Amino acid sequence: MISHIRTMWLVFLHLFHKKATIQYPEEKIRLRPRYKGRIVLTKDPDGGERCVGCYLCAAACPVDCIALQATEDEHGRRYPEFFRINFSRCIFCGYCEEACPTYAIQLIPDFEMAEFKRQNLVFEKEDLLIDSQGKYPGYNFYKAAGVNIGVKEKGAGDQEERPVDIHDLLP
Amino acid sequence: MPTIYIDNKPYEVKAGKNLLETCLTLGLDLPYFCWHPALGSVGACRQCAITLFKDKEDTQGRIVMSCMEPVKEGACISVSNATAKAFRGQVIEWLMTNHPHDCPVCDEGGCCHLQDMTVMTGHNYRRYQYKKRTYLNQYLGPLLNHEMNRCIQCYRCVRFYKDYAGGEDLNVFAAHHHVYFGREKDGILQSPFSGNLVEVCPTGVFTDKTLKQHYTRKWDLTAAPSVCQHCSLGCNTTAGERYGKIRSITNRYNGAVNGYFLCDRGRFGYEFVNDENRITQPLIRNRVPEAVDEQSLMDHLKLLLTQSRTLIGIGSSRASVESNFALRQLVGSENFYQGVSLDEAALGKLIASILQSGAVHTPSLKEMEQADAVLVLGEDIWNTAPIMALSVRQAVMNSAAANALQQTSIAGWHDAAVRELVQDNKGFLANAGLTASPLDDISTCTLHATPHDIAVMGFAIAHAIHPGLPEVPQLNNELAAKAAQIAKALQQAKRPLIISGPSCYNEAMIKAAFDIAGALNTGERKAMLSYVLPACNSMTLAMMQAPSFEKSIDRINDNTVVIILEQDLYRSIPPAKANAFFNRCKNLIVLDSLHNGTTEKAQVLIPAATMAEADGTLINNEGRAQRYYQVFVPTTGMVKESWKWFWQMRSLQTSSGNGLELHPNDWLTKLEKTLPQFNGISRVSYPPEFRIHGQAIPREPHRYSGRTAMLANLAVSEPKPLQDNDSPLSFTMEGYPNRPPASLIPFFWAPGWNSIQSVNKYQQETGGALSGGDPGIRLLEQKTGTPTAYFTDIPEALPAPRNKWLLLPAYHIFGSDELSAYSAAIRELCPEPYIGLSTQDTAELGITDGKNITLVAEGEEYTYPLKIQEHLCNGIVLLPAGLPGMPALTWGSWATIAPSLKNNAV
Ligand code: SF4
Ligand code: SF4
Ligand code: SF4
Ligand code: SF4
Ligand code: FES
Repeated sequence: MISHIRTMWLVFLHLFHKKATIQYPEEKIRLRPRYKGRIVLTKDPDGGERCVGCYLCAAACPVDCIALQATEDEHGRRYPEFFRINFSRCIFCGYCEEACPTYAIQLIPDFEMAEFKRQNLVFEKEDLLIDSQGKYPGYNFYKAAGVNIGVKEKGAGDQEERPVDIHDLLP
Repeated sequence: MPTIYIDNKPYEVKAGKNLLETCLTLGLDLPYFCWHPALGSVGACRQCAITLFKDKEDTQGRIVMSCMEPVKEGACISVSNATAKAFRGQVIEWLMTNHPHDCPVCDEGGCCHLQDMTVMTGHNYRRYQYKKRTYLNQYLGPLLNHEMNRCIQCYRCVRFYKDYAGGEDLNVFAAHHHVYFGREKDGILQSPFSGNLVEVCPTGVFTDKTLKQHYTRKWDLTAAPSVCQHCSLGCNTTAGERYGKIRSITNRYNGAVNGYFLCDRGRFGYEFVNDENRITQPLIRNRVPEAVDEQSLMDHLKLLLTQSRTLIGIGSSRASVESNFALRQLVGSENFYQGVSLDEAALGKLIASILQSGAVHTPSLKEMEQADAVLVLGEDIWNTAPIMALSVRQAVMNSAAANALQQTSIAGWHDAAVRELVQDNKGFLANAGLTASPLDDISTCTLHATPHDIAVMGFAIAHAIHPGLPEVPQLNNELAAKAAQIAKALQQAKRPLIISGPSCYNEAMIKAAFDIAGALNTGERKAMLSYVLPACNSMTLAMMQAPSFEKSIDRINDNTVVIILEQDLYRSIPPAKANAFFNRCKNLIVLDSLHNGTTEKAQVLIPAATMAEADGTLINNEGRAQRYYQVFVPTTGMVKESWKWFWQMRSLQTSSGNGLELHPNDWLTKLEKTLPQFNGISRVSYPPEFRIHGQAIPREPHRYSGRTAMLANLAVSEPKPLQDNDSPLSFTMEGYPNRPPASLIPFFWAPGWNSIQSVNKYQQETGGALSGGDPGIRLLEQKTGTPTAYFTDIPEALPAPRNKWLLLPAYHIFGSDELSAYSAAIRELCPEPYIGLSTQDTAELGITDGKNITLVAEGEEYTYPLKIQEHLCNGIVLLPAGLPGMPALTWGSWATIAPSLKNNAV
């Protein structure tokens, strides 16, 4: 009996607390930048697609909802021919973002993705690619990598020496 | 067996091995780079360091390279002590100072030995803050991609390419920390074994360029054990699929067959599966629409097959045993033929009967590597059976090494030391052929002669070994001298090997090879006799003794139904003859996977599965039956195994279609009962119900990705996983997670070992047989010690007809095989058609190299540019066999030659 009255009293007190419920969607919730919502594919500082089609995000995904096919342009630059995320399976764990070696795939603070039809939750590259660097500005994988795919010549990277002249016998 | 102590635990190990292979055999994880089970040790990379203690009391120990240290009784070593571990960690860290930040765009990623070893040693943070060395790449041809930045200077590539495979155009250049592995200048790699660099190189320096066109990581491939379809050796392969296309072929280790290596035709010749020219829909010609569904097809076939017509079946040397046998059952044994010319069928029959007689031993490729004297009689194995040529090379190298090692106590795996000792010495190889072959470089005795001369020399050798055999009358001096030299060398050998084959269209040669092997087979000496055959399943048809379809022509009338299985008859006989044959066929059913001349003639065309969509068995030249498994189920079209189609037709005929499907194993059991020469073949595979702990064997690695997204664009609900009723493999990643039986290994993977080097974990001992025995059932075992009968019909030397040349095929590793030539990369390497004549013949005819000339054979004219063959003997005209777009010729016939009447200006 005592406990019942105590409970009712505590509930009554809540009438005077600050409200946690907000009037969504009129009022929007404030999300932190680290919030793991909608997944996007970003671009590098030069405006090129960041994704190099390495398949690591797909391998990291615990529900296997990422599928892509890598292809190459005429300079040998790798990019995804298609890139598909089935958001009806995605659990927004962010493993793909962690796995991504190029900062291409990012989870952003937006969860407004509801659809009436499940099929509409299948996103293709056109739906995922944004015209921005997202949370990690400044990084261009192909400047750090050793391959020459039209972004920089062999040896022109910050951390690279000029290519070896194999006819040179000097120590 | 010596006992050694590893980290204080005693192990019984095999003597004569080095500590690295011993540790790997014991299942320990010990990193290495420069050592390779097929190449031996050189101690170059310093990655396999362990601590060796003086005795049990010693706590200090010293660092040694395990690959350079032999097993010694009572040795105490430690793999896991801190000093050795730190040393190995440092080695990787040094290597990594220059390694590019490439993994995400490196095709090796996910199956990279360097990645595996880096993770194994625990190096995960770059402390070195300075610049990385870079290199420029080279163009190496259509098969391999070069990315030199990734090199860790282990020297495996050149050791494989030059020392093991005899290639000359890949080398190491420059000095100190600038060493460069590549060619002298950009250009196509010349060795037909260059594709193995993809697997031999522990990094992504050499990667598969064809895979790059449709790149998929190893973990994303649906894979199945397969068998190469591109020659008669039946090398074991792993075929990987993604999105309905075959993405790559990799080596599937089989200790008795191909070991660690494939040839480039086998590795890169897979793209016919993905070709646009594939037949996917049944067609009934001369009606609208021609493409029909299964029901209409069956209705039509019912009419055709049941109106008491005679059925004629033409079996195929590139279709499985099951499909051929199912056809034979459908049409009846007396109506079953094979789609090769009369001559080829006769040669196949002769070879099969020699091997079936059980009088001599026919060796596996592994046994060939142990031969101490080799005679190749007329077969151009470099082009018709490439991996056999590689085995012969090993035999020559191994026997030289064995000779050299007799006087020292150096172990055979000490690669650099052994090479130093051997210098340029070679074991005995006698190579007799029509013209030059790359094997000539390592032969002690070379002969370029006509098939007749090669054959009589063969008989002369047999006579020299076994004087009871008839003497060759009027043997010319050169042949007599060579015969004596070869006979002497073969007699001194303990395991002599004789190789021949049908590619010279000469029966006597095949007989002579048998006589030599039979004569050698006395006492201690165990002779080996191996024949190459024209195609991947020629042996089956030869063992069935199926006659050539040319014999069926007179039996065909308006009331016969002819069923042609998976082949293009235009590749077997000249077009005019083939047309005459087709003109008689009023009711022609063709099953095939790709459109070709024959499928165009079909009234009913039925889509047959390729090796990637089918289960089936092939019998290789050694009589080894091997099963290949379906890799994936095509989602479009109505492609099915031919044996399934035949079973459906049979149920139409007997109208007792009880719906019970036959599995490949059921066909093989039936086959054994019908034809006892195939006894044992049903043991080639496990029954479809086979399970390990109730689990099937998954075709997909456990890290297969994209399951819920791959097909989501079509429908967001995932389809039910596909069932496989014909084999113990499943089409998913669920199933038995550990090592499956040897014949069912869909891919090689072990914890911590993602690259193909994980094959170590599947072997009984490193470099030995797979656990549970190497796959394949041998059907042709030796039964008697010495032959009871020899061939004594030595052919007489007939003078060549005046102004005529003997027309013979020149085989090309790239081009002569039908299916591999569908791969764009292989097609790039195919030669252009030519007519080859000897230098002297050319001079006498007064024609110049490169000019068009015309050859007339059997009433047909062929005009191609002349290519002078420096080493060809006179009196022979060579044309490349089976090139895409070239008609079949009557090989072995007499042809005349004239300067081209048409276009002499070229
Ligand atoms: S991990 Fe990043 S770079 Fe790799 S495929 Fe995914 S999005 Fe592309
Ligand atoms: S060779 Fe291996 S470690 Fe080097 S970039 Fe390629 S995948 Fe990465
Ligand atoms: S290219 Fe590959 S195999 Fe050759 S030395 Fe470099 S890492 Fe070793
Ligand atoms: S040798 Fe023959 S069976 Fe082996 S890989 Fe080459 S083509 Fe295939
Ligand atoms: S594997 Fe032993 S030193 Fe390279």
